[in-house]
Amino acid sequence: MSGVILGASLLVAKIFLTLAMTAATYRVLYGPRAQDRVLGMDTLYVNAMLLLLVFGIGSGSQVYFELSLIIALLGFMATVAMAKFLMRGEVIE
Amino acid sequence: MTPIEELPLWAEILVSLFLLLGSGVTLIGCTGLVRFKTFYERIHAPTLGSTLGTFAILTASMLYFSITEARFVLHELLIGAFVTITTPVTFLLLVQATVYRDRFEGTDPLAGLGPEKPTVKTPPEPS
Repeated sequence: MSGVILGASLLVAKIFLTLAMTAATYRVLYGPRAQDRVLGMDTLYVNAMLLLLVFGIGSGSQVYFELSLIIALLGFMATVAMAKFLMRGEVIE
Repeated sequence: MTPIEELPLWAEILVSLFLLLGSGVTLIGCTGLVRFKTFYERIHAPTLGSTLGTFAILTASMLYFSITEARFVLHELLIGAFVTITTPVTFLLLVQATVYRDRFEGTDPLAGLGPEKPTVKTPPEPS
């Protein structure tokens, strides 16, 4: 009996986060302008980071934590670079 | 085999509540990302996921690993601090770039110029 509640809520959390990633992917694919696509990418990596944390709880492994930390670091760099590109037309000035 | 079996009932319910809160709030934020009309409304919605959603799931992870390993596992706070610092910075840069592009094209909705009636921006008069 023990473990059923946590297993069910892990499954529901994974489904919710996958639906959230689908919504962000919709905004990346059909965003009317470039800044909408950048916003969708930003949301997509935050949701992927949360999904990896949920996977880490489900498997009891600490490796997923490091993966999500790397995604948080690299996604920040990617969004800042794309915002700079939208602003100036070049990344490195 | 999986360490899910080792939790006491109260810890299981607590971790489940935080997981459902975080994932539900993130899903609500991404629904707003799809449904809002303009970019300036849309950029508010996913911050639900990057503040409350992230912190609820990080709390669930900290609780789970602290209870199963019988010691304090707090390195998830690193992700929390990092996301809290970086999300306003990225969105500030993104909104700055958007305002710059909208003003350059003469379709700035913040100045009352919708994309349906664009006006060409005239250069200032020489004095």
